[in-house]
Amino acid sequence: MSRSQMTAMERVMTTLDFNEPDRVPFFLLLSMHGAKELGLNLKDYFSKPRYVIEGQLRMRAKYGHDCLNPFFYAAVEVEAWGGEVIYVENGPPNSGQPIIDRPDAIKALVPPRIQDCACLTKVLETIRGLKSTVGEEVPIIGVAVSPFSLPVMQMGFESYLLLMYEQPDLFWQLMQVNEAFCVQWANAQLSAGATAICYFDPVASPTIIPREKYLQTGFKIAGRVLPAINGPTATHLASGRSLPIMDDIYATGTEVVCPSAEEDLQAVKAACRGRMAVLGNLNGIEMRRWTPDEAQTKVREAITAGGPGGGFILADNHGEIPFQVPDEVLFAISEAVRIWGSYPLRT
Amino acid sequence: MDAAVESFEQALLSMDREGAGKIMAEGLKRTEPVSFVESVMVRALEHIGESWETGAVSLSQVYMSGRMCEEFMNQILPPRGSTDQDHLRIAIAVLEDYHMLGKRLVSSVLTAHRLDFVDYGRMETDELVRQVEEDRIEVLLISTLMLPSALQTKALIGLLADRGLNVAVIVGGAPFRLDKTLYREVGADATADRASDVVRVIRQVVGERP
Repeated sequence: MSRSQMTAMERVMTTLDFNEPDRVPFFLLLSMHGAKELGLNLKDYFSKPRYVIEGQLRMRAKYGHDCLNPFFYAAVEVEAWGGEVIYVENGPPNSGQPIIDRPDAIKALVPPRIQDCACLTKVLETIRGLKSTVGEEVPIIGVAVSPFSLPVMQMGFESYLLLMYEQPDLFWQLMQVNEAFCVQWANAQLSAGATAICYFDPVASPTIIPREKYLQTGFKIAGRVLPAINGPTATHLASGRSLPIMDDIYATGTEVVCPSAEEDLQAVKAACRGRMAVLGNLNGIEMRRWTPDEAQTKVREAITAGGPGGGFILADNHGEIPFQVPDEVLFAISEAVRIWGSYPLRT
Repeated sequence: MDAAVESFEQALLSMDREGAGKIMAEGLKRTEPVSFVESVMVRALEHIGESWETGAVSLSQVYMSGRMCEEFMNQILPPRGSTDQDHLRIAIAVLEDYHMLGKRLVSSVLTAHRLDFVDYGRMETDELVRQVEEDRIEVLLISTLMLPSALQTKALIGLLADRGLNVAVIVGGAPFRLDKTLYREVGADATADRASDVVRVIRQVVGERP
């Protein structure tokens, strides 16, 4: 394969094989910017798959990044369980009142069927629309919140921590229901045309729970769920730290890990080398106020730390670039990847 | 670190309620409850907060430790009376956000320090301004998780200033931790990277204000 003729898919697959493609691939995980491009508010934008499809295609035409991102917003999954979604003007919709208002309610919980949930079928229609447009040229990244992390939205963070520590029977009952849903949802996205699934698991991070607890809980869950997903997965800790559990994450069978912006990318790359690729770890919150020069510097630093030998995709550290990040910064990131990310890398 | 603080901290981190209770019972044979809270419990919680900042302990351990200490304090300390009007009037709120854990962590720390405060829960901006004015709040603690909520503190602080309210605003939460300059951008007086820092920051801010 000629390095100069790579498609986005070839570029990404080459780096996932721990080889150097023509340049460092980069994912701009822009779930909301398409609304601006189409002159729509976020609620209207997410109301029709054709808007999101158009938004995603325009974003990629504009910045030339290496993926399409049919992810709507995290709360779409609790919406599927009958939860409330609250839209705001300048950010992702929040999940509202928890659907599990008391632990006992877990006993009656039944996972929703994907085909019965309009909010999820919109996402699937978006994936199908993108796939019919780009075929095998561009990776389409689906997202499934892990069974272990979904309860933060299902019942609230505090109630969930208490459940995990103080009511293990109900905790495992909830995990059983959530695992069935997660596998179903991830595989539906793959069937619709998603190339890979981002397994969104922030609670697994040692930022949130100690490793010992993870090994008793989220690790076992991921070990069951990931093999049941019919495609490649990337484990995303959504700004949480990864290094103390890197070997454990690898043991779950995932292929990519997404570390925190607070972690040394070179150390993360060393811990993963030859086993998992690294996706990250630009600071999305700071990105909002970067100048184009700062963006160039940050991209260069990240590529220097993560790029050598492949196994690296440049992205933000949270899996969702804030709505407030201006176009000029995104253009600067895109330009910097082309300047500093061409292999062989500049020393 | 003092041996009692260290063993109490270890019991908290391993969620050993019984073990922590025994250490407390031993401590109370030698010292008054208030003194035990100040010299052991608060110091253990502060150290746990520092350890979270360095990545040595997790958020769930911070939360469960704070919760256990609140339970212990309820057992050993007398109920507090009505608020002394000369006390600093402190309030805490979650601004236009639905994530309550940060507020809960800070509340535990304030409780451990025996500081009176008003918990407004989740509030919209205008409602919060009205409440702060009505209660003559002097220090307002804002907890956020989502970036839009963090940015909304700028509008809140502007409205407080428009009303001529002399209230110190201290912000906290993930957006402020990930972007160290954000608290200045929104016009807050200070930020605290971890819940256990909040009392130090309150004292610092109050000391600096006219």
